[in-house]
Formats: sequence, C-alpha cells, structure tokens
Amino acid sequence: MKVLVPVKRVIDYNVKVRVKADGTGVDLANVKMSMNPFDEIAVEEAIRLKEAGKIDEIVVVSIGVEKSQETLRTALAMGADRAILVTATDDVHNDIEPLAVAKILKAIIDEEQPSLVLAGKQAIDNDMNATGQMLSALLGWSQATNASEIAIAGDSAQVTREVDGGLQVIKVTLPAVITADLRLNEPRYASLPNIMKAKKKQLDIKSAADLGIDVSPRLEIIKTSEPSTRSAGVIVESVEELVSKLKEAGVV
Amino acid sequence: MAVLLIAEISAGALAMDATAKTLSAVSSLGDVDILVCDANPDAAAKEAATLKNVKNVLTAKIGNGLAEGVADTVVAIASGYSHIVAPATAAGKNVLPRIAALLDVMVITDVSAVVDADTFERPIYAGNAIQTVKTKDATKVVSIRTSGFDLAETGGSAAVKAADAKESALSSFVEDRVQSSDRPELTSAGVVVSGGRGVGSEEDFAIIEGLADALGGAVGASRAAVDSGYAPNDWQVGQTGKVVAPDLYVACGISGAIQHLAGMKDSKIIVAINKDAEAPIFQVADFGLVADLFDAVPEMTKLVKG
Ligand SMILES: Cc1cc2nc3c(=O)[nH]c(=O)nc-3n(C[C@H](O)[C@H](O)[C@H](O)COP(=O)(O)OP(=O)(O)OC[C@H]3O[C@@H](n4cnc5c(N)ncnc54)[C@H](O)[C@@H]3O)c2cc1C
Repeated sequence: MKVLVPVKRVIDYNVKVRVKADGTGVDLANVKMSMNPFDEIAVEEAIRLKEAGKIDEIVVVSIGVEKSQETLRTALAMGADRAILVTATDDVHNDIEPLAVAKILKAIIDEEQPSLVLAGKQAIDNDMNATGQMLSALLGWSQATNASEIAIAGDSAQVTREVDGGLQVIKVTLPAVITADLRLNEPRYASLPNIMKAKKKQLDIKSAADLGIDVSPRLEIIKTSEPSTRSAGVIVESVEELVSKLKEAGVV
Repeated sequence: MAVLLIAEISAGALAMDATAKTLSAVSSLGDVDILVCDANPDAAAKEAATLKNVKNVLTAKIGNGLAEGVADTVVAIASGYSHIVAPATAAGKNVLPRIAALLDVMVITDVSAVVDADTFERPIYAGNAIQTVKTKDATKVVSIRTSGFDLAETGGSAAVKAADAKESALSSFVEDRVQSSDRPELTSAGVVVSGGRGVGSEEDFAIIEGLADALGGAVGASRAAVDSGYAPNDWQVGQTGKVVAPDLYVACGISGAIQHLAGMKDSKIIVAINKDAEAPIFQVADFGLVADLFDAVPEMTKLVKG
C-alpha cells in the first residue's frame, strides 16, 4: 500500500510575522522557512505506518515555488521514499489556494494511485484548514480530519479525531484522506547520515501547467493589515490588589 | 440572496451560542434558512425555529455530523443559496471545505468580519495579520469565528421542513469520548481560567479548576498542558485550539506563545499569573502578577469566594 503526504513550505512557526507597510501582505523575503508543523506530523505518521509494516511506500508532494524542494528533502531525510515537486508560482508571496492545491494533488493521485493521503490539518500561514477536505471531496473519498490516533486494519482505518467536546472515533473506508492534529505523534529529527542519503533520493519536478491545472485565485486579496494590538497593563503587587482591581472593573 | 446556515449540534441538542452568533454575523446577507443534521433532528430544529429572522428550518437525518453525508445533503440544495455558512467549530471546519470543493468554489474560513456579500475579513498567521478577501465565486462558502459576534435574538417561529438526507457509506461512527461538565462552555463562558505547563501535573490542575469554579467560569489550557496530559484536548486555547473572548481571561503558568495568544487576545480583561517577570504573556495582560501560581491561585480563589 502506498501513502501520499502533501507538505507545504511555510514561514517558520518561531518567526515573528511582519505585515508589509503597503498592506499587500506579509513579508516573506529573507525569513526562515520550514515545513508546516502539521505536515511534519503527517510525514512522521507515514513513516511509523511503514515501520509497522502497514504501508510500503511514502511519496511526498509539495506545491509552490521551486525552493519547496528544500521541504521535500527534509521529508526524504525523515524517511519518505520519493518526492514530487509541482511548481505553481515564482513568487513566494503568492500563496496557492487550497482549491487549486487540491486539484493538483488529485492529478498526482490519479497517476500515483495511493490508498491513503496523510495531510496536515492546517497550514500555519493561511490557517485555512481546508486542503485535505477539498481533496477528499474531489476524489470522492472518505475523510477524517484532526486525527490524534490512526489504526489501519484491512481496507479501513479507525481514526480518533480531536473535536470540540473531546474525542470522536470514526471508521473510514480506504482510500481515504486523513489530516493530522498536534497530538498524533512527535516528529523525529532527521539524522545527518539520513540528510546525506536524502540528497540521492528521487525528486521529480512538474509544473501545474504540465498537469493542466489553473491555479488562478478565486479570492482577491484586498488588503492585509495589522491586528489591533493590546498594550501591557499594570503589574500588581499582591493577590489582594489583583482581586480589588478586578472588582473595580466589574468582572469579579 | 439567501443564506443556508448549518446549525451546530452537540450531543443531539442545538448549540445555541455558536448557531445564534453565526446567524447574527450573516443576517445582513439575505433570508436565512437553518439546516439541522442529526440522527434525531426534531428537538434541535424546534429550538432553531425560535431564532428571529429565520425563514425555514430544514432537517436531515444524518447522525454524528459525518462530513460525507452532510456535504452531499447540502450540495443537493445548494443551488437555492448565495451563501452557505457554519460556525468555525470542529464540525464546521470539517464539512465546509468539502462542500466548497464539490461546488468548485473556494472556502473562506474563520471569518471575523463580514464586510459585504462578497468581502470578508479573516485572521491569518495565528492572528498576526488580518486579511480582507473578496470572492469571485457564485456561491460563497464561509465559516464564522463566532467569538466576535453577538447572539441573535429569539422569539421567532420559523417553519420546520424535512430536507432530503444523503447518507454516505464512506465513513461510520464508532464512539464519542466526551466528558460532560457542569461548567459553562469554554467558547461562550464569561470567565476563562487557563493553566499551562507551569501547573506541572494533572492533579494540580485542580487548583486552576478551583479558581474557575469560584468565578463561575470555564477551564482552558495551553498546548503544553494538554500535550503533557494535565488537561483534555478540548480545553486547548489557541491557533489550533479554541478561540475565546470572555470578559475575563486568567492565564496561570502560561508563557504567552503567539499560538496561545491567537486564541485569547480578544478577551476584554487579561490577567497573567507567572513567576517569570519576563514572560511574554505580561505584554498583553491588563493585570500581571509575578508570583508562584501554587501560592497565588489558591489565595485568589479564597478571596473571590469571600
Ligand atoms: C503548529 C503549532 C500550533 C500550536 N498551537 C497552539 C495552541 O493552539 N495553543 C497553545 O497554547 N499553544 C500552541 N502551540 C504551542 C506554543 O508554541 C507553546 O509551545 C505553548 O503555548 C506553550 O505552553 P505553556 O505556555 O503552557 O508552556 P511554557 O512556554 O513552557 O510556559 C510555562 C510558563 O509557566 C511559568 N511557570 C512555571 N512554573 C510556574 C509556577 N510555579 N508559577 C507561575 N508560573 C510558572 C513559566 O515561567 C513559563 O512562563 C502550537 C505550536 C505549534 C508549533
């Protein structure tokens, strides 16, 4: 059984985001970029499924600028077998929308025929939380989002999902799209020998145009602005003072 | 123009807060119909019908909010609507992108302001930027971040009708593992007391719960506290947890990472209790107390109880 894992190159989660003064977006020039943390969790889960003998091959796919190769190499160094880059833009500021990403992934899946797609539940840049669900819809497959536990048995998977009231357990028929939540696993670091080995693993490059997919956006970005900021208040000296301030404010 | 609002259902009942806030966010866009999907949708539908300015309440017998069936049900009636909306809850986030893709439109998630029928504001980068987007799609599929909206009023009496439920064999429900609690619901509580890694253990989380109970509030947690097993996953506040905006938010032993702030920085008053005076949480706190939480929180509980 083959699993496909889409990975996105995003601003590193530790970097302080700066909104461009002209309101056209967020400054991504010369900032540290990394694999989307949820995608790292998805890659790790695929590797663990392979180690457990549940799957045979892990194919990672990234869509975006050519530099996304770096992200694919990271996934290969972690333990993925093969990578596909689909170039869809030259400008890192041009975020390809989840609908277009899902269409590109569908085209790749039509060729690759995996039984499972393991994706991150959301990308920490656009915070959309949409690609997995959209891909599942386009394929006509089942979906399980926000997974914190996955058990594959035969032609189905039992997935524990993090939901608002706690946990929900569902069973999905394979092929399926499953999206990873934070507590599915803790991703490993790639070792130096594995980073070296990853350089020799297969990485194919295609373009969105080769696949015949139109990536022009449906959403026009009118502006990007700073959120309203809070200013630091006062430091109180004691619990007593704190409670009396809260009483003054009418919240206690 | 007409709006189809997918109601939030929790354990078979209408989740009034999420549904009524979504309604108030979208009621300027046109006539609103509410769709209730549940194994036994009648009681929730009856309650949804009491919301003012709702034209029809539609029911579909699909249990446990399974995305495939709900999406197919909505898509079958989508042509009658300009907007398909839901609260940006785990359930709403699960199903709306599926619906959008089936309609070949983009989804617009976590909307914090409705500018006009095609234009919406939404936070990106864990709330570090706000993007205004205008859609070119014919059907707008939108999830609403409810914490910034008021409740719609009740006192209405909409007609209840059955819709054609499209069940799907692709997935099936196994079980819910939910804990019931007498505390107010995290996302609608007026007071939230949250604990972080500084609390140190599941047993000691009782200190946080004690203060929450004294204040009549809900309990929240940071990701570190949930990952460490001190608190259940549904208490997590933040970029990828719940977004809350209570009148009072008390952060105990939480450092204030941007991913945590993303879920609580719109609270009216923020209190931080942390033993590290340099912790970033103090930069957003209205009242900061540099103290050991094991001393300060029980003392505060005592004082509040009076
Ligand atoms: C993709 C991604 C998504 C994330 N999503 C979320 C999210 O939704 N929500 C979230 O919260 N985090 C999220 N995080 C994690 C986030 O980056 C932080 O790691 C996390 O919020 C830290 O939790 P904390 O403040 O409890 O722990 P720490 O950062 O370890 O802080 C503990 C604090 O407790 C204080 N302390 C210790 N002992 C005491 C004591 N006795 N008395 C008083 N103070 C004490 C310390 O001074 C310290 O400031 C996410 C991270 C990633 C990468």
